[in-house]
Amino acid sequence: MTEQTQQAEIKRTVKKLSLIVLGMCGFAFALVPLYDLFCEVTGLNGKTGGPYVFDEASAEPDRSRLVKVNFLTNTNEGMPWEFWSGQGAVRVHPGQAKTVRFYVKNTTNKPMVAQAIPSLVPVSATEFFHKTECFCFEQQLLQPGEEVEMPMRFIVGRELPKNVGSINLSYALFDITDRVDISAVQGSGLQDQLPAAGG
Amino acid sequence: MSEVIHADHHDDHAHGPAKGLKRWLFTTNHKDIGTLYLWFSFAMFLVGGVLALVIRAELFQPGLQFVQPEFFNQMTTNHGLIMVFGAIMPAFVGLANWLIPMQVGAPDMALPRMNNLSFWILPFAFGMMISTLFMEGGGPNFGWTFYAPLSTTYAPPSVTYFIFAVHLMGASSIMGSINIIATILNMRAPGMTLMKMPMFVWTWLITAYLLIAVMPVLAGAVTMMLFDIHFGTSFFNAAGGGDPVMFQHIFWFFGHPEVYIMILPAFGIVSHIIPAFARKRLFGYTSMVYAVASIAFLSFIVWAHHMFTVGMPLAGQLFFMYSTMLIAVPTGVKVFNWISTMWRGSMTFETPMLFAIAFVVLFTMGGFSGLMLAITPVDYQYHDTYFVVAHFHYVLVPGALFSIIAAVYFWFPKWTGKMYDETLGKIHFWLSFVGVNVTFFPQHFSGLAGMPRRIPDYPLQFADFNMISSVGAFIFGLSQVFFLYVIIKSIRSGQPAADRSWEGAKGLEWTLPSPAPYHSFTHPPVVKDEEVLG
Repeated sequence: MTEQTQQAEIKRTVKKLSLIVLGMCGFAFALVPLYDLFCEVTGLNGKTGGPYVFDEASAEPDRSRLVKVNFLTNTNEGMPWEFWSGQGAVRVHPGQAKTVRFYVKNTTNKPMVAQAIPSLVPVSATEFFHKTECFCFEQQLLQPGEEVEMPMRFIVGRELPKNVGSINLSYALFDITDRVDISAVQGSGLQDQLPAAGG
Repeated sequence: MSEVIHADHHDDHAHGPAKGLKRWLFTTNHKDIGTLYLWFSFAMFLVGGVLALVIRAELFQPGLQFVQPEFFNQMTTNHGLIMVFGAIMPAFVGLANWLIPMQVGAPDMALPRMNNLSFWILPFAFGMMISTLFMEGGGPNFGWTFYAPLSTTYAPPSVTYFIFAVHLMGASSIMGSINIIATILNMRAPGMTLMKMPMFVWTWLITAYLLIAVMPVLAGAVTMMLFDIHFGTSFFNAAGGGDPVMFQHIFWFFGHPEVYIMILPAFGIVSHIIPAFARKRLFGYTSMVYAVASIAFLSFIVWAHHMFTVGMPLAGQLFFMYSTMLIAVPTGVKVFNWISTMWRGSMTFETPMLFAIAFVVLFTMGGFSGLMLAITPVDYQYHDTYFVVAHFHYVLVPGALFSIIAAVYFWFPKWTGKMYDETLGKIHFWLSFVGVNVTFFPQHFSGLAGMPRRIPDYPLQFADFNMISSVGAFIFGLSQVFFLYVIIKSIRSGQPAADRSWEGAKGLEWTLPSPAPYHSFTHPPVVKDEEVLG
């Protein structure tokens, strides 16, 4: 092999390898949407889906079994609000819509914005837990000392695996005041501010 | 033919190295750069070792004696980062620089200027990273795995330096790997087909591919951290729709191939040393090549075994458990091949051979504890305990590090033209061998008993094991200072070495004079099967 052809070969190799490097850089960032997609399809990270459209008139609850749904509320570290649920748990038939109430109170003396993030176990129930209405689809702007009631309406799908007798739904409340423009939250549709955080 | 004459003419004007500091700053010579890499990695090895001794001194007894937990965390984190990215990886790149051109019969690396750049980035990267230890708020304290949100929301302000240091290390590794692949694929002497390449070259070829595949992923992970910290994104922040668990997936997608990056070249080194001192051909050359390739492939599909306790469905746990265990098959092939190479060989036990045999035995032990960790249900017990610490130190210290030391002793005569002092080498080996086992073997027990890793204080029942471990660590640490003495003494006053410094050594590098001339193989050598295949 002459020196020139060798140099040309080396250049070709380097070009190919650089493409691999660039491709893998792209792949690293592509992992983010892929991860979300994977979790959405499988429900693996316990994130329940977005608003669910459901025709209650035609619904036929599965009266043969009852599923217990436990509610847990947490505030993230450094979040001073109070956050609690009206009932600790409810029993529902799969296919039967149910509304439960959650409450938050801004205990501080400044307006703050919060976002609730759900997490559900067992993960095998995630894809059968549907919410038609949820405070977690929006962000909450509360004035100092303000307390609000937040409804959440859900249906446990009839296809829920038979071995699941109880479902634990946990909400973690995050302080996102610094991340959003408060006046904008007040003015427009709340959920337009940030992408809904997994519902 | 005219080209050869032309090249010859050109080389007549080439001369030896420049004088003074400039030689090292501007060098494009693969041997000089290899030397720089090796000394740099040794310096980092000593720095990382000092941090390890701070850890072991604190853990000598229960309670807090020397350092506060916050500083202790910085010690564990930086010990890990410096040893992985500053000691082991650059040492292998240094060996690659020295050996690959000589072993494939090439005059130099394919891209000599980039070679210079990829080395000289490193002192800056590590300067930046180590300087954070002296900053307000301290250096990285989130573990070498820098899980978010420890490394984002709760990180010290110096984390940005860490992020850019990792970017620089990544750039250096990627350039080094491109260089190595380009050299191996394009510059082999005529007649050296892929399946006649020395094992060290093969293992490095595959390692280099792993590096260019995963270093960009690491760069992506730290870039996302940077964005989360400074630009308000939420890659790893649940409040904004991100997921901290995703960090672990991205990290270990890099991290698992990374651990093979640190062991595959070691396999190559041992595959040279054992045949040389057993005076036999390497048993099962072809299967060795395929085993390395299979390990490299499997390394991409096992990452989540680091995350069994994070939460994963049963199917995922089973998949990652079985795929992890599958790695034992090609690894077992390699271990059996090394043993078969020794079988009925005329073995002698010079220092490199001692380190190589210790490698086979102790690496295999590390492999077995790895198999134990791969079993998902028991991993819940072992996860984040000292058992894990014992496991990965067994594969990295008497594994990767012993192979590097073995390589230094084995090729030392070729590099310097001097023979090291065999008695001192043997003393170094036995001190290291005893030290490493006294340090890490008891950690299996404290780990099984439930001692968590990364803690500065521990319950009383772990006191004895920790005391033994700390004594071993100081023996091991001091024996590496002794190694430095052995090397310096041998460079200064070693006996002159023969060209083929070991009776059983095979390979093109041994056909060169000792010390290897500054410019070697300016004419491609004739590749004879009995030389390259042993």
